[in-house]
Amino acid sequence: MRTKPISEEKSQRKRFLSGNGFVPFILRRLLTSILLVFGVTFISFSITQLVPGDPVAANLGQSAYSNPEIVAAFKKQFGLDRPVPVQYVKYVAKLMHGDLGVSLSSKRPVLEDLKEYFPATLEIALVAVFLALVVGLLLGIISAVTRDRLPDQIIRVFSLTGVSMPAFWTALTAFYLFFFVLGWAPGTGRLAPGADPPPTVTGLYTVDSLIAGDFSTFRQAVSYLLLPAIVLAIYAIGVLTRFTRASMLEILGNDYVRAARAKGLSEFTVIRRHVLRPALLSIITVAGVAFSSLLAGSVLVENVFSWPGLGQYAYRAAVGLDLPGIMGVSMVVATVYITMNLIVDILYRVIDPQMRDVS
Amino acid sequence: MDLLTVKNLTVTLATGRGDAAAVRDLSFTVGHGEFLGIAGESGSGKTMTALSLLGLLPHKGRATGSINFDGREILTSSKREYRDLRGKEIAMIFQDPMTSLHPMLTVEVQLTEHLRHHRKVSKDAARQSALELLSTVKIPAPEAALRAHPSQFSGGMRQRIAIAMALACEPKLLIADEPTTALDVTVQAGILKLLHQLRKERNLSVMVITHDLGVLSSLTDRIMIMYAGSEVETASTSDLLQRPRHPYTSGLIAALPGHNDVAKSSSSKRLLSIEGMPPELGNFPPGCAFHTRCNYAIEACKSALPERIQLSESHRIYCPVDPFSGKAGIEVAQ
Repeated sequence: MRTKPISEEKSQRKRFLSGNGFVPFILRRLLTSILLVFGVTFISFSITQLVPGDPVAANLGQSAYSNPEIVAAFKKQFGLDRPVPVQYVKYVAKLMHGDLGVSLSSKRPVLEDLKEYFPATLEIALVAVFLALVVGLLLGIISAVTRDRLPDQIIRVFSLTGVSMPAFWTALTAFYLFFFVLGWAPGTGRLAPGADPPPTVTGLYTVDSLIAGDFSTFRQAVSYLLLPAIVLAIYAIGVLTRFTRASMLEILGNDYVRAARAKGLSEFTVIRRHVLRPALLSIITVAGVAFSSLLAGSVLVENVFSWPGLGQYAYRAAVGLDLPGIMGVSMVVATVYITMNLIVDILYRVIDPQMRDVS
Repeated sequence: MDLLTVKNLTVTLATGRGDAAAVRDLSFTVGHGEFLGIAGESGSGKTMTALSLLGLLPHKGRATGSINFDGREILTSSKREYRDLRGKEIAMIFQDPMTSLHPMLTVEVQLTEHLRHHRKVSKDAARQSALELLSTVKIPAPEAALRAHPSQFSGGMRQRIAIAMALACEPKLLIADEPTTALDVTVQAGILKLLHQLRKERNLSVMVITHDLGVLSSLTDRIMIMYAGSEVETASTSDLLQRPRHPYTSGLIAALPGHNDVAKSSSSKRLLSIEGMPPELGNFPPGCAFHTRCNYAIEACKSALPERIQLSESHRIYCPVDPFSGKAGIEVAQ
């Protein structure tokens, strides 16, 4: 009978050198990720160039725009007088040094803008993705286990509603209901008007206020955070619930689940150990995509809740044809996508031993 | 008292066209230390019979009748009582070892989880008995095997691991559902040898389910033949193979490759088969379900369920006609 050699030191060392080990794998993936980011700069740069519209007209007032001297000075200041390929090369060269250029609309370095706006979005996105994972997984598991019975039917209706409602509609309805009618939500923004934000460490108000030991600001930050985060999470909850149910049902039909039941294990153990783990493989793929798509959803939700985040910044940059701003946002979004994919790939290997054992 | 006494077991499954009986009014026994073979074509209800013993019928499946195991009625057990029975008193080996072992859990986890659950033994003690089990089923390098995942083993090795898993809690009854079907012929022989050895070494009652009478011929004490969810003939292994009475049984035996008696008489070396297809679930013919493919069917077979005829203490058939009286030999289609 033939089996693969197990625990032979020689073969393991060989395996590591040939790059199937964990560290070479991560190094390889990091390298391709950096290449991907550059690919993204090229594509988003090209697309912004293809968009009809004049950034000069969009950023200068009517009278300034009719003055050729001011237009020329504006173009010179932002490098818009150079040929497009030169602009791109210069952009990438600066990017290597961490310089994302100066925003046409805010007239500040894009990096500074992003440092200010991105943490706000990251904060609601993290809370939203946490909610989505916990609630989505839980509902999906309940739904699969009670297949075709009442809990499953109810959850299926809600998850379908969740994926069917457009984010702006949920945002407006939630805002109207919880702020205007019920008065449970505190209002728009990240903190009460006039309240001082905690000293910046991470840019996440909740974390920063905890670091500063300021619990009243922490409570306030959480209360402002909750409603937009929940609204943002609703779509992801719907997607994750439906997907968890589907992949659980698929795994439940496997022989090895029947074999696990034939051993007389408790249903909880069967689900947790034998079903959930393989189901997680496909669930984390969707969770990764769901987290990334939260960023897209944040544009609308942030506008409704006046949340000073990346979504609002992206909206303003797009309307103002603010090339460095748009590029900066694309870079952040691309980095988030790529990071999520990296995390998902690493989790695959953690969950599935076959990806480690078998080359 | 036999270890297992099944009486009037009927299993109903939900199909696309409504409920259908997969097992019909089945009664049989398995004695202490006895090896019983259950044979029949796909869809004859063999596996559903086994699953109903474990309370593991598929979604929306129902079983009625009586199953007496080790002196108590188990068909009416609660989910909890069934869980205490499964793996501990009745264990099962599944057909395909490539899919019945969990791909992501180590052999150690799969060999010990039910042992630790049922017997509440320590991790080390469970590990120790897992090592012993692996040597019993002749897995080389048991220590390393414990740390490995199923994907690192071949099909035959996996089936040995599956057998070790089934034996972990020293069950009184072992159900082996097509234990060799998914394996190469040479590997099959190894697994059969292992089952023989277990039979000698342990006081184990075993129910072997298969469509391959050849597998049963050397292994079992008695064989029950099933067709369309019903028993058609039960006899001691030698009786059944040498003196089959039911037309279906003789057809199955004639279809065995290398069964010379019949092959010679048909003056060709082609494999024999029973003409027609086994009926589909939910579409069993009335009367004796086999009458549509039977060369000896009489008018009564088409409407009336055949009565049980006890030929001897251990040999019974459900067939009103005697193919050997008057007519010469068995007619089987080529």
